[in-house]
Amino acid sequence: MAVMNLIQAVNSGLKCALADDARVVVLGEDVGVDGGVFRATEGLLKQFGGQRVVDTPLAESAIIGVSIGMAAAGLRPVPEIQFSGFLYMAFAQLINHAARIRTRSRGSFTCPLVVRTPYSGGIRALEHHSESLEAIYVHTPGLKVVIPSSPYDAKGLLISAIKDDNPVVFMEPSRLYRAVKEDVPEGSYTVPLGKAKVVRAGSQVTVISWGSMLQQAKLALAHTSVDVELIDLRTLKPLDADTIIASVKKTGRCVVVQEAPRTGGLSSEIIAQINDSALSSLQAPVIRVAGFDTIFPLYKLEDHYLPSIERIVAAIETAASF
Amino acid sequence: MAEKVLKTFTVKYLQVLDESGKCDAKLMPKLSPKQLVELYELMVLCRKFDEKALSLQRQGRLGTYASFLGQEAAQVGAAYALGGSDWVFPTYRDAAVLVVRNQPMVRLFQYFGGDERGSIPPKGVNNFPIAIPVGTQGLHAVGAAMAATITKRKFATLACLGDGASSEGDMNEAFNFAGVFKAPVIFLCQNNQYAISVPVKQQTAAETLAQRAVGFGFEGVRVDGNDILAVYSAAAAAVKKAYLGEGPTLIECFTYRLGNHTTSDDASKYRSEAEVAAWRKKDPVLRFRRFLELRKLWNAKKEGELFVRAERRVSSAVGEYEKVPRADVDDIFKYTYSEMPQLLQQQMDDYKKLIEGR
Repeated sequence: MAVMNLIQAVNSGLKCALADDARVVVLGEDVGVDGGVFRATEGLLKQFGGQRVVDTPLAESAIIGVSIGMAAAGLRPVPEIQFSGFLYMAFAQLINHAARIRTRSRGSFTCPLVVRTPYSGGIRALEHHSESLEAIYVHTPGLKVVIPSSPYDAKGLLISAIKDDNPVVFMEPSRLYRAVKEDVPEGSYTVPLGKAKVVRAGSQVTVISWGSMLQQAKLALAHTSVDVELIDLRTLKPLDADTIIASVKKTGRCVVVQEAPRTGGLSSEIIAQINDSALSSLQAPVIRVAGFDTIFPLYKLEDHYLPSIERIVAAIETAASF
Repeated sequence: MAEKVLKTFTVKYLQVLDESGKCDAKLMPKLSPKQLVELYELMVLCRKFDEKALSLQRQGRLGTYASFLGQEAAQVGAAYALGGSDWVFPTYRDAAVLVVRNQPMVRLFQYFGGDERGSIPPKGVNNFPIAIPVGTQGLHAVGAAMAATITKRKFATLACLGDGASSEGDMNEAFNFAGVFKAPVIFLCQNNQYAISVPVKQQTAAETLAQRAVGFGFEGVRVDGNDILAVYSAAAAAVKKAYLGEGPTLIECFTYRLGNHTTSDDASKYRSEAEVAAWRKKDPVLRFRRFLELRKLWNAKKEGELFVRAERRVSSAVGEYEKVPRADVDDIFKYTYSEMPQLLQQQMDDYKKLIEGR
């Protein structure tokens, strides 16, 4: 065990994956000599060499495109896209090919790759560095989408994602990279994909969140006397509907907290799932706390955009007293 | 202070057979008489396939199809130069590449007949599925080639592209990565003069597409794309180079699409009959037949027999194709992920219940 923050846990996960499986290759901009702009790949080049840890030219579409070819040819590439705002350049490769190759070839070719990319606001960055557009990837058949909120889960989920036979978009909340520390095993272990985690059991209101907002929701709990059951989704696709439904059946009330814009976000799907399977248990409408349907502002105004503890607490109390 | 020329470049052009079928003996690739005949037979077989696909489409027995008529030399010549463990990354106009690579014709018909099972390659043959988005497949070929280097396996990859794709960002990124990582990849650029309706002059201000490679630090060559010996020769050299770890090659096959872009296109809208007629005279199949006849390797009798053989083989594939039962509805669900997520399973089960009641 060692005390690690989230970025150290990611680094440790990559190290384990590279050591455990010769097919694993890390590639991207500045991942080699520089060790990644957030230090996620620090030390990997030295330990595993330039064939396994590859500094690439600056071209996002190519990073994903060649990863697809590598994956088809038997490797397990883990491309890094420096910020999720630049993943759009590789969007066509991800949507048109990575997600479809298994289906298109009826299983003859597969695409086991893990796209790592930081997302989320609150890091006082330039434009395009702060968005939370995970729903785009969730909406794409063939992709899995994973967002950890803690160091322990980050490492275990990353190793699971690399072992998984499907393309995975692994979004790392950059705001949490150094915000939370906890004990993390130094060796290899997995946290299963597709399983949400009940972070705190409670009886009155179910709060569902993921990534950066999970920690925000956790902080909010200290400001309310409502007995909250807090669920960390961890995997957004495939969605663990069972855990959500079981909790909502128990509490009858639910708040979904997402940093992403409100319209068409994952919270909408979560509410639809609750509608399908737990409508008769509901004692209050499900409430969304979300980012706005606006362009993410530069950092002077970003605190207005990010769902605040105040907004989360208000939603919890509204749900509890409905 | 200085002002000097840092770099000049040249682009090699290769033609082994002229339009009358006469060959330059010095440039002849090493091919046995048997192989020369085999190349011709493959071209004829592919043309027969192409004709049949167009005719099936007109009769409503096949979906949209992109004819490669006129490009047989480029496709057959390049595919013939590959080894069994090499990979190909074709586009929608590369069915002849796939025929040479032993993709069963019945599956090609299936693919253009709207059935993904047509993309399943024969066991152990790495024919990647056809890429529809233009220019995206080059990166896959480079990635697979990089995998060959990383895992120290000896195989090369062939990326098919056209003149239109040479303008796409992804393709230029593929060229760049191939150059930087010295990937064992061959870019087979069939410059057939048109990207649907846009002529190559409007695609680029450069005189050749081959010179694109120079800017990315590797070798580009233009060949007469209607001369199968030139194509084969350039491709064989590129494959050898790839095996030796000497990096990528771009081969621009200067050719012409004699047919429409696809069965949904009418090329007479954007090019003249005179232009097409001039290219018909350069027909790659006819040219190679003349060459074989001059070498006494071919005659009218053999031609007649081949015609019957090819016709029979294609017709039998059509017969097979039309007997392939439609896949179950499960087929659209079950390959989405390696194992079916619960919510997807539920969608499938609900839908199946609905249609079973019909």
